[in-house]
Amino acid sequence: MMFWQLLHAEWTKFRTVRGWVIGMLAAVLVTVLVGLLGPTSSSFSCAGPSGQACTLADHTPPLGPDGEAVSDGFYFVRQPLTGDGSITARLTSLTGTVQPWSKVGVIIKASTRQGSAYAAVVGTGSHGVRMQYDYTHDTAGDPAARWFRLTRSGDTVTGYDSVDGTHWHQISSATPAGLPATVQAGLLATSPEFTVASQSLGRTNGSGGPTLATGTFDNVALTGSGGTWIGGNVAGQGPGGGPGSGFRQSGGTFTVSGSGDIAPAVPAKGGLDKTIENGLIGVFAGLIAVIIVATMFITTEYRRGLIRTTLAASPRRGGVLAAKAVVVGVVTFVAGLVAAAIAVPLVEHLEHGKGFYVYTVTPLTELRVVLGTAALLAVAAVLALAVGTVLRRGAGAVAAVIVAIVLPYVLTIAPVLPPAAAEWLARLTPAAAFAIQQSVPQYVQVTASYTPANGYFPLAPWAGFAVLCGYTVVALGVAMLVLRRRDA
Amino acid sequence: MREALHAEWTKLRTVAGTGWLLVAVIVLTGALSAAAVAGCAAGCSDPARTSLTGVDFGQAVVAILAVLAISGEYSVGMMRVTLTAMPRRLTVLAAKATVVSGLVVLAGAVAVLVSIVAGRLLLPGLSLTDGAMLRAAGGSVLYLVLIGLLSLGVATAVRDSATAVGVVLGLLYLFPVLATAIGDPLWHRHFQQIGPMTAGLAIQATVHLDALPISPWAGIGVLAAWAVGALLTGGLVLRLRDA
Repeated sequence: MMFWQLLHAEWTKFRTVRGWVIGMLAAVLVTVLVGLLGPTSSSFSCAGPSGQACTLADHTPPLGPDGEAVSDGFYFVRQPLTGDGSITARLTSLTGTVQPWSKVGVIIKASTRQGSAYAAVVGTGSHGVRMQYDYTHDTAGDPAARWFRLTRSGDTVTGYDSVDGTHWHQISSATPAGLPATVQAGLLATSPEFTVASQSLGRTNGSGGPTLATGTFDNVALTGSGGTWIGGNVAGQGPGGGPGSGFRQSGGTFTVSGSGDIAPAVPAKGGLDKTIENGLIGVFAGLIAVIIVATMFITTEYRRGLIRTTLAASPRRGGVLAAKAVVVGVVTFVAGLVAAAIAVPLVEHLEHGKGFYVYTVTPLTELRVVLGTAALLAVAAVLALAVGTVLRRGAGAVAAVIVAIVLPYVLTIAPVLPPAAAEWLARLTPAAAFAIQQSVPQYVQVTASYTPANGYFPLAPWAGFAVLCGYTVVALGVAMLVLRRRDA
Repeated sequence: MREALHAEWTKLRTVAGTGWLLVAVIVLTGALSAAAVAGCAAGCSDPARTSLTGVDFGQAVVAILAVLAISGEYSVGMMRVTLTAMPRRLTVLAAKATVVSGLVVLAGAVAVLVSIVAGRLLLPGLSLTDGAMLRAAGGSVLYLVLIGLLSLGVATAVRDSATAVGVVLGLLYLFPVLATAIGDPLWHRHFQQIGPMTAGLAIQATVHLDALPISPWAGIGVLAAWAVGALLTGGLVLRLRDA
């Protein structure tokens, strides 16, 4: 038989067994319905300072130049800078309730609006000297340097550091998005909230409070400077400025104190922060339905003896397995795509309606999450088919595949395993594939609880997905071998 | 009932898979427990509980064993012979439940023993005679037995082995996963209180008992309710439907 005839035969088998079609439809249905569990069981309530209910706008973080949610709160001592120029300062001390990512240094920023483009060279609590721009970009400088300089030339801002103020070393150069002709240049001080995270049964409870960093500078020089320095908090709602922030100038010495953070905003699962993959929690339920159907697609043939007819009709056994894999893979991909494409926008809409902020991501990321979820289900179905071919028994095969994909995830989010072990599970087992659903990346420059339970996976999205594909390829290879060698 | 027990015992004893599945319960439980506790050198919040992590894995094999005890008969038509020989259908189910429980108690006890001995070897500080540890270990065996009964009940109702195993593992593993999506703390707690695995495994906790969503014995009670519910449903379906 030609391959397309095999495909046709397998497709006919699939669509005419009522239980399998119902199973696949059930997979779509439970994926969407279980996804509703999140928004329906969460409620959002908070009160403003004068007791009024707060709105979505009150807790929507500002958006950075690339459209991502950011934190932008700091104390800014500034002067306007028109055209090209540079700002230089020497940091003499960093004091206060210093956090690892407390930042004090020099900054050039498009405006004082939160979320506007910037470039900065800062000294940090325990990460040395960094050049950062537009929230997500971070380059390490010389940890011993105390002299910082930013130079604007056209659209490019270049950061330098120096140990002695004479020998300068370029850290990096950046093109912050859309710098106007006149920018604000000056000194900054900021310090993120400290958090103590405790984990219990897949939920992280954070507690913490604001901190304050104070930077003392001298040798402050701004090109074309003649005006006076203005101090002020860049802050909307949320942390920024805070009590104790301010600046003092005496002679050439500037003391700047501030609180907040200039960094990408990082969501924490289970809290008020929602990400688009929250809507895809039902995929775990859909996955189990898919695994059952895909396994039975082959084990039922063995149980009923139909496999002997199938193999008599098409003696090229590898072709039969390939056709089955294509049919079950494509059907599952389509079902998964429909489910994910309904669940993600639906849950997002419901969460917006309840007053939650859902982290905005680029359309490309959203597409990756939805397509990746469909692909994850499809590859899991092929894995189940392969394991079913090897084991021939439905019960054993279904249990093996569920244990391989779902159990490691359960273990990584449970509080029983030490964190290092949980991380290895999320790297090595097929459960690594759930990384494809992670929509907000992990940032080194933000301290947070980056655990699978919080939605952060140790592997990059496609790398995690590749792990599942690797297991599936091996299982298919073994299935091919076993199918050829063994009597049906 | 004695004949029914004898018949079920003979069937389960002589089916090729049973022995292997019992060995798998012990090996897989012990292996995962040992692997988990090996990571505890760097510090675990509850080492006793971590030394019993393998139960999360072993329960899947127990589910297969219990499901096959009845689905295996349906798949080859043996069920009709069984019910012709023993027309009292609930007696058949009770006999199956007894035999499966007996086997799971044996395999579960060995598996838990292997786990805590491995835990003791890898983590010398682990006390084996502590009251909470004994409760966790004994409770884990009881947990596995109840998982077996839950699986038997589901399989009696569903009949098909693949579907039954899928349903059981879905019931077990989905609750802890779905709980992560629930933002409201009260709902989150309730959700963990009703899940058979999230509630049942509370029996393994030895520290911070007040932080558990449900107390250890109440949790085992919830799992027992699931098992009884599944067995009742299975029994009802068995009585009412043609084999």
